[in-house]
Amino acid sequence: MLRIKNLEAGYGKLRVLKRISLHVNPGEIVTLIGANGAGKTTLLSTITGLVRATAGEIVLKGQNIETLKAEKIVFRGCSLVPEGRQVFATMSVRENLVLGSYVQHRQGKEQLREGIEYIYDLFPVLRERKAQLAGTLSGGEQQMLAMGRALMAKPALIMLDEPSTGLAPLVVKNIFRIIERLREEGNTVLLIEQNAKAALKVADRGYVLETGKIILEGQADELLANRDVQRAYLGRDVKEN
Amino acid sequence: MTLELFSQYLLAGVTYGIIYAIVGIGFNIIYNTTGIINFAQGEFVMLGGMTAISLTQWLPLPLAIGAAVVVVMLIGALVEILFIRWLDRPSVLRMIIITIGISILIREAALHIWGDGVRSLPYFAGNEITTIQVLGARVSPQVLWVIGVCAVMVLALSLFFKYTLQGKKMQACAANRMAATLCGISTKNMVTLSFMLSAGIGALAGCVMSPITYTQYDIGTGLAIKGFTVAILGGLGSSMAAVTAGLLLGLIEAFSVSVVPLAFQDAIAITLLLAILFFRPHGLFGSKDAAGLKEF
Repeated sequence: MLRIKNLEAGYGKLRVLKRISLHVNPGEIVTLIGANGAGKTTLLSTITGLVRATAGEIVLKGQNIETLKAEKIVFRGCSLVPEGRQVFATMSVRENLVLGSYVQHRQGKEQLREGIEYIYDLFPVLRERKAQLAGTLSGGEQQMLAMGRALMAKPALIMLDEPSTGLAPLVVKNIFRIIERLREEGNTVLLIEQNAKAALKVADRGYVLETGKIILEGQADELLANRDVQRAYLGRDVKEN
Repeated sequence: MTLELFSQYLLAGVTYGIIYAIVGIGFNIIYNTTGIINFAQGEFVMLGGMTAISLTQWLPLPLAIGAAVVVVMLIGALVEILFIRWLDRPSVLRMIIITIGISILIREAALHIWGDGVRSLPYFAGNEITTIQVLGARVSPQVLWVIGVCAVMVLALSLFFKYTLQGKKMQACAANRMAATLCGISTKNMVTLSFMLSAGIGALAGCVMSPITYTQYDIGTGLAIKGFTVAILGGLGSSMAAVTAGLLLGLIEAFSVSVVPLAFQDAIAITLLLAILFFRPHGLFGSKDAAGLKEF
């Protein structure tokens, strides 16, 4: 689905990503964990085209996308739920969803309605709030709206940037349940999280990013059991024998 | 003050007020998608009037006005494509200075093309001395044309933003540019569209007001100051607030004539602008919190 080879990117002279290679297979949840400043968000911004790659390639469904403009990449079937949610605060919940389906704007009214119904089923709270302005929603509701908006594009790959940040534990649980449900319905997910434990629990595979490099990769359960990962990201002090 | 005099001032105030409102809305449309104040907004109004006046030589009046609006919209698009589009993340100050440069450029070009004479379109109905009685006041039917056309424009714009996909896309750009890009919306195209739209409404306003206010190559500056006052007074970015603020400014100007000499009319608008910038920079209807987040 997505294959990244020797990707490099940064801001001005600052090189943030250093020869990143990773892949996401169809139907998988892949998670990328790492501390603040490791380059997680930069990596997602580069995939979506918001930040230009300086070297390497990004291949989505067999086609190179690293030179495309951000708004064209969405049309190729990869949607990002950005960090900090970024909903259209001054517009209603329903309008946010309609805009999310813009890449599908040639579809009929009937399909648009079905798409919105599907999102309302996934996030029932959005149905209750459909006429409300997005800016007045709670943090958790905004996160759901941001996810719903990205799903409206019917993306082949959905990327989530720290969906649990700043949310109450109960809401986080709910968000992760929805991510699991996305997989059950055959979606492909690339998940970026600081909450490494929760992320590795839902994921199939994982990558560990540190100062712009991938230092570790493997099956999610292996990473969960890995001592270095436990010490660095799971907050568990591992006793030496 | 007699009732007749009162309605006379009232109608004059509403007429000018709604023109200011249209210029103010023009500011807002561009401000919302780019975050800049386009100081060439007044020049679009002048170009609309001038182009229509020239075209009446060959075309009947309604066609000339329609063609003038289209021409000015294209000029608006051209201005954006030539001067704004290729800039990569420009600073707000840089873009504002560019728009001031554009306004000087357009004004000087207009001086070369049309000279410094005062021109005007013919009255849409009747002539200079035709009057009709409204609320006891005697006004030219053109006043009703101005109020009617501008009111229809305001209505059409709010319907456009509320119900059409293009309008929603522009609104989305205003609300959150990054998120709009992530939805597949080309923010650059939306900026071009916003320049076309505000050039178009400015041009149409320039045509309907031409018979009563006359058109000259340099009327843009004054209108831009009034429109800017209105946009700030209402709170930058809100079109409906601009209408209220425009009518308010128009009425204040009109009624001030009964207290201070006519020559001070412009001073009143500028005093008002300064007072707002000092005491309520977020405008009468804007929220302080939202203003704090604005770059400009």
